[in-house]
Amino acid sequence: MTTFLIRRLLLIIPTLWVIGTLTFFMMRFAPGGPFLAERDIPAAAKEQLERQYGLDRPLHEQYLKFLANSVRLDFGPSYKYPARQVTEIIFEALPVSLELGAWALLLAVLIGVPIGVIAAVRQNTGADFAAMAAALAGVSVPNFVLGPILVLGLSLSLFVFPPALWSGPQSRVLPVLTLSTAYIAYIARLTRGGMLEVLRQDYIRTARAKGLSEFTVVAKHALKLGILPVVSYRGPAAARVVMGSIVVESIFAVPGLGQHLVRGAFNRDYTLVLGVVLFYALFLMLLNLLVDISYTRLDPRVELA
Amino acid sequence: MSAAGAALGPAFAPEAEPAEATGSRPESLWADAWKRLRRNRAAVASMVFLTALGLLSLLAPWVPGLADPTLQDLRLGATAPTAAHWFGTDELGRDTLARVIYGGRISLMVGLVATLVSLIIGVSWGAIAGYRGGKIDELMMRIVDVLYSLPYIFLVILLLVFFSRSILMLFVALGLVQWLTMARIVRGQVLSLKHQTFVESARALGASDAAIIFRHIVPNTLGPVIVFTTLTVPAVILQEAFLSFLGLGVQPPDASWGTLVSDGARMLALFPWLVIFPGVALSATLLCFNFLGDGLRDALDPHDRRDVA
Repeated sequence: MTTFLIRRLLLIIPTLWVIGTLTFFMMRFAPGGPFLAERDIPAAAKEQLERQYGLDRPLHEQYLKFLANSVRLDFGPSYKYPARQVTEIIFEALPVSLELGAWALLLAVLIGVPIGVIAAVRQNTGADFAAMAAALAGVSVPNFVLGPILVLGLSLSLFVFPPALWSGPQSRVLPVLTLSTAYIAYIARLTRGGMLEVLRQDYIRTARAKGLSEFTVVAKHALKLGILPVVSYRGPAAARVVMGSIVVESIFAVPGLGQHLVRGAFNRDYTLVLGVVLFYALFLMLLNLLVDISYTRLDPRVELA
Repeated sequence: MSAAGAALGPAFAPEAEPAEATGSRPESLWADAWKRLRRNRAAVASMVFLTALGLLSLLAPWVPGLADPTLQDLRLGATAPTAAHWFGTDELGRDTLARVIYGGRISLMVGLVATLVSLIIGVSWGAIAGYRGGKIDELMMRIVDVLYSLPYIFLVILLLVFFSRSILMLFVALGLVQWLTMARIVRGQVLSLKHQTFVESARALGASDAAIIFRHIVPNTLGPVIVFTTLTVPAVILQEAFLSFLGLGVQPPDASWGTLVSDGARMLALFPWLVIFPGVALSATLLCFNFLGDGLRDALDPHDRRDVA
């Protein structure tokens, strides 16, 4: 277990290096540059700017400096907002994105798992078919379609929730709902599949034979293994929540990390983009590791090597 | 489980040689699967819908009465749906129905082409890795693992922002990642197939490695490949729409469903039909592909069948 942990943690370093390097060179070789976007600036001012950010140095020197600074979590000032450090911007936006994602995943598990369990227990009944058809519809409606439609229905016609902004609990409802629908649906499907597999097994028959109540059999004995597909989906789910949050943040004007990634890229804000990409990558890898560890807790047959 | 299904045992048993089986042997896995699929009403309805949509997209320029999607009528401006314009018009007076149908052309094309690319790369990669085994297998699958671990969506976004937002780049970006899962699926299948007697007899008859892989083994992996392909198409369409929504996908004057939704969302409060129609078209298409994929999986994979009690 410890060797597994150490190996996985060590593996994060080269992966981050590959991602950072790819991003760095992609930006340096891209046509256009950070100071071309705005109105023509005098050559002298541009030179001054480039010197200030070290862009006049040879490429390998810039690259080494970037590596050295990244290790210290120092990405320098943003190109677009020179008064602010990239790290500062990230740490301001990160909690917002984390909150959005955490609510969405929590909601997805709290609603998706019971739906899946009920569908599995009542396999091939009307309830099962209805739940699974609804789940498939939930998987199929993209969040950037669902978002505007929710806004249309709940905030522009009924005036229940604000259509945008991120202040107060009411403003959380629409973004979280938009982000979580697909995962509620997907988790319901996974839970159903996992439970169907488990409910057929001998130890469930034993539990029933012992005279345990149906609820205990399902909720205590079956669910523990039946939920494994959901656990292993949490890694990819987190990755897709990140992707989804980029959309949701832009629909609902949520000041999160995803907004900075897209706007930073459009603005050619190189330092900001590098910082955000590396942070996201680190976050996703740590999350995947966590998923693998929790897997062993639930299923003693799995051994980490 | 039905008698035919039980007799076949593992889904991709060698006797289910698809090329000859489809027509001549009604008891084969494929005929059996087709029978199951036809009984699945949602899957059949999806097939009908997708076929109609495909024909409509393909024949769009020759459909009588369908407006030119680029034709502007500024006097008209944005009007709600009328008898002349069923889906209404956008702020430049362009017919939304025509825009949605032509948008579907692009979305479907992107979905199918990128899936085809990933299919070719993924199947070849997985089959070769699985068949060769040993060091080659390890190296090839390690490459897949590494690519898997990259948060590719960021790289795709950056690639499209910094370089070119052309449709070709979109294919590269989308195809780049989809083949990974396909390679894993095919490799797993090949590993379990390559020691079967029909492979040994092919080898004994002097067939080359390439012939064994592509003529004998790959056809036997078709079941899972078909299912995964059916599910890859909507995944690709969704990703294209996502990128178009961010302004990174298809560029004007071309418009995919993602572009239309993105444009419509900006004027949501004023002209809701501009987001509703393309949004519903996109969602319905994705739903049908998913229904079909699910139906195919139930029909082809005995482990997941609904009728297994």
